Amino acid sequence: MFSFIARRLLVAVPTLLFLIVISAVLMHAAPGGPFNSERKLSAEVVANLQAKYGLDQPLYLQIWTYIRDLVLHFDFGPSFKYKDRTVNDIIAQGFPVTLVYGFWSFVIATILGIGAGVIAAIRQNTPTDYLVLSVAIIGAVLPGYVIAPILVLVFTLKLGWLPGGGWEDGEWRYLVLPVIALSTGYIASIARLMRSSMLETLNSNFVRTARAKGLPEWKVITRHVMKPALLPILSYLGPVFVGMITGSVVIDMYFSTGGIGKSFVDSALNRDYSVMLGVTLLVGALTIVFNLIVDVLYAFIDPKIRY
Amino acid sequence: MALLDVKDLGVTFATNDGTVTAVNGVSFSLERGETLGIVGESGSGKSQLSFAIMGLLAKNGRARGSVRFKGHEILNAAPSVINARRAVHISMVFQDPMTSLNPYMRVCDQMAEILTHHQGMSKADALKACVQMLDAVKIPDAKGRVRLYPHEFSGGMRQRVMIAMALLCRPDVLIADEPTTALDVTVQAQIMSLLRELQAEFGMATILITHDLGVIAGFCRDVMVLYGGQVMETAPVDPLFESPSHPYTRGLINAIPRVDTQGETLVTIPGTPPNMLRAPKGCPFAPRCAYAAEDCDDHIAPLTAFAPGRLRACNRSLKDLA
Repeated sequence: MFSFIARRLLVAVPTLLFLIVISAVLMHAAPGGPFNSERKLSAEVVANLQAKYGLDQPLYLQIWTYIRDLVLHFDFGPSFKYKDRTVNDIIAQGFPVTLVYGFWSFVIATILGIGAGVIAAIRQNTPTDYLVLSVAIIGAVLPGYVIAPILVLVFTLKLGWLPGGGWEDGEWRYLVLPVIALSTGYIASIARLMRSSMLETLNSNFVRTARAKGLPEWKVITRHVMKPALLPILSYLGPVFVGMITGSVVIDMYFSTGGIGKSFVDSALNRDYSVMLGVTLLVGALTIVFNLIVDVLYAFIDPKIRY
Repeated sequence: MALLDVKDLGVTFATNDGTVTAVNGVSFSLERGETLGIVGESGSGKSQLSFAIMGLLAKNGRARGSVRFKGHEILNAAPSVINARRAVHISMVFQDPMTSLNPYMRVCDQMAEILTHHQGMSKADALKACVQMLDAVKIPDAKGRVRLYPHEFSGGMRQRVMIAMALLCRPDVLIADEPTTALDVTVQAQIMSLLRELQAEFGMATILITHDLGVIAGFCRDVMVLYGGQVMETAPVDPLFESPSHPYTRGLINAIPRVDTQGETLVTIPGTPPNMLRAPKGCPFAPRCAYAAEDCDDHIAPLTAFAPGRLRACNRSLKDLA
């Protein structure tokens, strides 16, 4: 088991290096640069700026310098757009925010999604099932930028129950609307996945055996159906968790939460190369880590999997 | 009163293409300690017949008729009623031991839950009983292996586990649905001789469902031949092989490969089984039957006794078939 984890972490190093190189090449291939702005700068100023940030050097040297600083000093470099902030600052400020609302969104999406999926599967082809399915389809097709303004309209402007934006260190009243907006789509997809996984397990031969033992249906489901039905969901939840804790640009925009989700899009629009790379690396590293955690969990749940 | 009394049992499935008739008007009764073989080819309804008795039909399945256990109706009974019978009074061994055990549970937990649930045993006592039963089905080192997972057993060993599981509560009736079909030939023989021994030892009435007449011959006292969901013929095993009274049974017996008298080609019954989505009005075997006449497409004679313990459903008389 430990050698498996060590091996996977070792493989993560070339994966992340590859991610850096590919991202850097793609970023520089896109037209424009961090110092293109509506106010035309003189060629001299641009040349000075480029020299200051090392953009005048060949790309491979830039990548090399970036990797060297990252490995030696854990330094993601300065932001090209916000002159007084480093990428480390931006991540340190934005990531805790998305981590909090992402984590709660994940908890809620998992519990409600799995719960709804289980109920729908047990009541297959009944009105309950159809209700869950139709709500899930609505939830899946409503994008966050539709849900978010509706929530603000209802709960902030009409009812006045909750603030329509801001963060205040994650005080719960500021959390509610972002969490609802972010989790809705995930609840829907987890519910549908769980429903079909349950149905498949309910039709398997060993469940028939369990029924032939004379166990009541609730015992059949809790003892024999839940675990196998959850397995396919688990591999989906790893990447979903990473996606949620690294935030969403829609949430950060509508609710002014100041999370890292907004930095992702802003940096791309601003050609803020170092922020773009930093956030990409963060998501990449988290994805690797959580996929590894999922794989380790599988070994504990499925007796056929041994590393 | 018969131990198990099945009367006019029918099974239909509602599908998108229409109603499929899997079992049509099957009746038989079983006394304590008797062994009944139910033989038929794929799609003859033999498995669905056993699922109907156990109340294990798929959701779109409907059973009608009557199944009485010691006089109590159990067909379409409330879940609590049928659950109290399952495993305790009527047990089942399934066809595919590879998929019929829960791959995520230790064998001891899968077995012990039967005893803790039905008999209120403590976990420790249940475990002891499980080891004893695994010994009885001749699993070597039962004490050590009881904690393993199903995938750590071979196919034959898994089927032994299934049998041990079915016998834990010493049921009155054991239904074995093609218990050896998924196993290779040498293991088949071992499992059948084990079943024979256990049947003699525990004395449970046994229904053996198979497509293999050879398996039936070595195990059962009586045989019921099923085709297209209907009983074609019922007879004690020896007369059935010596003088089959139904054209279908004759075809089946002729189709058993023999090394002594036969050449290279295998004997088959021409044609294919009926499509049960459009259940035939008359005899389901008529389209494939060498003796069929026009009346066979129209109706089938009811199952009638013609000798002690022997019944047949055929429009042609025994003389016609001679």
